Amino acid sequence: MSAPALDIARRVLLEPGGVDDGALQRTLDRIMGRAVDRADLYFQTVRHESWSLEDGMVREGSHGIDQGVGARAVAGEKTGFAYSDEIVAPALERAAEAARAIARSGGEGRIQAWRSVPGHDLYLPDDPLASLPAADKVALLRHVDQVARSADARVSQVFVSLAGVHEVILVVDTEGTLAADVRPLVRLNVTVIAEQGGRREQGSAGGGGRFGYGWFLEDDRAGGFAREAVRQALVNLEAGEAPAGTMDVVLGPGWPGVLLHEAVGHGLEGDFNRKGSSAFAGRLGERVASPLCTVVDDGTLAQRRGSLNVDDEGVPTSRTVLIEKGVLKGYMQDRLNARLMGMAPTGNGRRESYAHLPMPRMTNTFMLPGAHDPQEIIASVERGLYAVNFGGGQVDITSGKFVFSACEAYLIENGRVTRPVRGATLVGNGPDVLTRVTMVGNDLELDTGIGTCGKEGQSVPVGVGQPTLKVEGLTVGGTAH
Amino acid sequence: MSRPAHLLIPASSAWPADIDPQRLHDLVAQVLERARAAGADAAEAGLTVDGGLSVNVRLGEVDTLEYHRDKGLGVTLYFGRRKGSASTTDFSPRAVAETVAAAADIARYTSEDPCAGLPEAGDLAREIPDLDLYHAWDLDADAAIALARECEAAALGFDARITNSEGATLDTHGGYRVYGNTHGFLAGYASSRHSLSCTVIGEEDGAMQRDYWYTVARHPGDLEPAEAVGRHAARRTVRRLGARSMATGRMPVLFAPEVARGLVGHFLRAVNGHALYRKASFLLDHLGRPVFPDWLDMDERPHLPRALGSAPFDNEGVATRDRHLVEGGVLQGYVLDSYAARRLGLRTTGNAGGTHNVFVGDSGLDFDGLLEEMGDGLLVTELMGQGVNPVTGDYSRGAAGFRIENGAIAGPVHEITIAGNLRDMYRGIVATGTDYDRRGNVITGSILVGEMTVAGR
Repeated sequence: MSAPALDIARRVLLEPGGVDDGALQRTLDRIMGRAVDRADLYFQTVRHESWSLEDGMVREGSHGIDQGVGARAVAGEKTGFAYSDEIVAPALERAAEAARAIARSGGEGRIQAWRSVPGHDLYLPDDPLASLPAADKVALLRHVDQVARSADARVSQVFVSLAGVHEVILVVDTEGTLAADVRPLVRLNVTVIAEQGGRREQGSAGGGGRFGYGWFLEDDRAGGFAREAVRQALVNLEAGEAPAGTMDVVLGPGWPGVLLHEAVGHGLEGDFNRKGSSAFAGRLGERVASPLCTVVDDGTLAQRRGSLNVDDEGVPTSRTVLIEKGVLKGYMQDRLNARLMGMAPTGNGRRESYAHLPMPRMTNTFMLPGAHDPQEIIASVERGLYAVNFGGGQVDITSGKFVFSACEAYLIENGRVTRPVRGATLVGNGPDVLTRVTMVGNDLELDTGIGTCGKEGQSVPVGVGQPTLKVEGLTVGGTAH
Repeated sequence: MSRPAHLLIPASSAWPADIDPQRLHDLVAQVLERARAAGADAAEAGLTVDGGLSVNVRLGEVDTLEYHRDKGLGVTLYFGRRKGSASTTDFSPRAVAETVAAAADIARYTSEDPCAGLPEAGDLAREIPDLDLYHAWDLDADAAIALARECEAAALGFDARITNSEGATLDTHGGYRVYGNTHGFLAGYASSRHSLSCTVIGEEDGAMQRDYWYTVARHPGDLEPAEAVGRHAARRTVRRLGARSMATGRMPVLFAPEVARGLVGHFLRAVNGHALYRKASFLLDHLGRPVFPDWLDMDERPHLPRALGSAPFDNEGVATRDRHLVEGGVLQGYVLDSYAARRLGLRTTGNAGGTHNVFVGDSGLDFDGLLEEMGDGLLVTELMGQGVNPVTGDYSRGAAGFRIENGAIAGPVHEITIAGNLRDMYRGIVATGTDYDRRGNVITGSILVGEMTVAGR
């Protein structure tokens, strides 16, 4: 961890309420006075803003501050949790008192001396909200609107939103962890509706990451998103019925990696495997994918939306190999599940806020590239679907069944991409879908920075990616039959 | 049970013991004064405080015990027809002052929008009916754990094929909400929400399935018994064991009440004013036109005592009132807040923040009657993914449920999709059931759609 992060975190989180190291120590002492195995305190402050444009008007702007501290006590498999939105000593004590109620009897917990955790330096600890004057943020929205409207006369509606988050966290625990992180996050999104002969279709695009708003201005990335949204809407104006039934599917590179997130990612999170509720439970070392597939979760990529210098338990993020050449190699872990499974934490302990408990979550999940030219992959399909853009997905980790919804797709006929088809949901079975990957492209791409993952009511930013993939026998939920 | 007053608190209402409504009303009044002092022509502010307890018991042991306490304050300032908003979780005078200043600062950069502003004063609620929405549950952590344990034990003991559990969760929350604006409106009310849910895993021939059940109510006495919730969760899991895909084809699809609610939700979003003025709806210009078959009615009833969707006023203080949304299949009104209403040249319907208790009328058949009516087809009990296009009405989602043969359940299915267009699906509704699910804001029985494309093997 860069020293500035810890300095900033102390100054922003602890000093205003007069919380010093002694108060932290006393709070953890209080929790450990019961038969508690470990305890932690998570301090967080989030400043966020958003701006939105529609009908050429910057209609909405908002700013907010959320801050507080969560106190957690763990005894065996039991977790006690309480939080406060005031960061002052008496509130800390009340939260500690509530959290430790999880353990029934007194005990003699020991607290290790704190040492600061050396995390990564994946992004600058700057405030993205201050990275651009308000007038320039508004001008950026107007620029995106103008680019989209001038791209094609059929564009009838343009919606643009710009959001920035400046988050500062500090974690201390009874095992000696003292860690802080200062996390910028920005995102721009554009949705257009195009109209032709009474038919309306939409397209959207966007991106972002852990940096300031200036990123959108470089090489006119913002204008690029506008043009991409228009292109998609125009393609959809020409789309016919999607096919229904089981067929070969070629998935484009980048965001279609949502396949990996749903089909294997969630099923490889430590909590589901410790509890035996995942279709992948107990299968380490087994073949779960074709030998062409190597899938990793990597929280250490510079400036990526899913990256973190340290996770929300103060563990530096890492690159975790989940599947190597088709063989299941590892799970993503937070501290609790790692300890209960006798494994090491992998830097995947994440939480939506101080008011939520951490759990194993993905960071940036993607498949490594293979040997095939993408054109060769398409040419190998006699009749199938070429899906290049997706909305979202969902998985039932117990049965392994997952879905993800295409919003831009084409028919492949006799090895050639022929015509666009309407959006359709694709459905498959997580534990075997990757065994039916028969070609992997040489064109790995990560998404542009738009993903948010929901689990048990908690949302966190994530990334996905993949090269072009051919999957044999996926069920496509169209209407043409 | 109401009293017209400047400061409106339903006279007979209760609220959480640790909340002082007067203090919260005063805080909102102060925020509005600050907004005026900052030069705003108009302003509105909303505040919520909420607290409670949540316990999860898994395989008989406590997994998590969480104490919740949340608060938030949001304010919007209008300078002419420009607006800015800000929010904070910190109610200190300094934080409140900064929040008002932040909103004022943002309003310097937003556009003049002729439709922006507070609702018309005449549309605001003048009386605040007591809707009986707050009932404390005097339940400590031990008693909550005991109930969750009883619930999960009933599920685990239901069938030998129930092999694992994600546990039972008991959740009890209560809070208070205040809204005020510079038309002189300032009102608040308390509400509570208690729930018990259970998710268990079954296994057969090496394949696992899970399902769940839950009960939720404003009053703890209205909850289903813990044991019944557990047994129902287990029954739902066991009946899914042995699920497989099915052949692709066109057939009738029966949406069970727990998924029929979502089907109605897509309609409510399509007739929401914001989707309409953006021309981002497949039901543009449908007011006064048929959307559903000519026997189907749909009503909104915001003042039902104790109901989960009830509210005495909407998110901008506008009076909520009973109305027909659909009569004889014909769309009678849109879902509007004051902004969307102005954009469309209409009047607000008291739906800032959404609808309140939408009832779908039944066509007289119970669940078994619906199966018989369908004959052969698909019963859907779970839907996955977001495959609904609000602009075109195109619908394609992952599904799980049961094959129906000769009006009887023939076996569980999964790894399939159902697809169609919502406009056709709504017009093609054949019957709606009397098997009402009252656990949400949309209250409906099962819905039978005449024909959809099912994709599988």
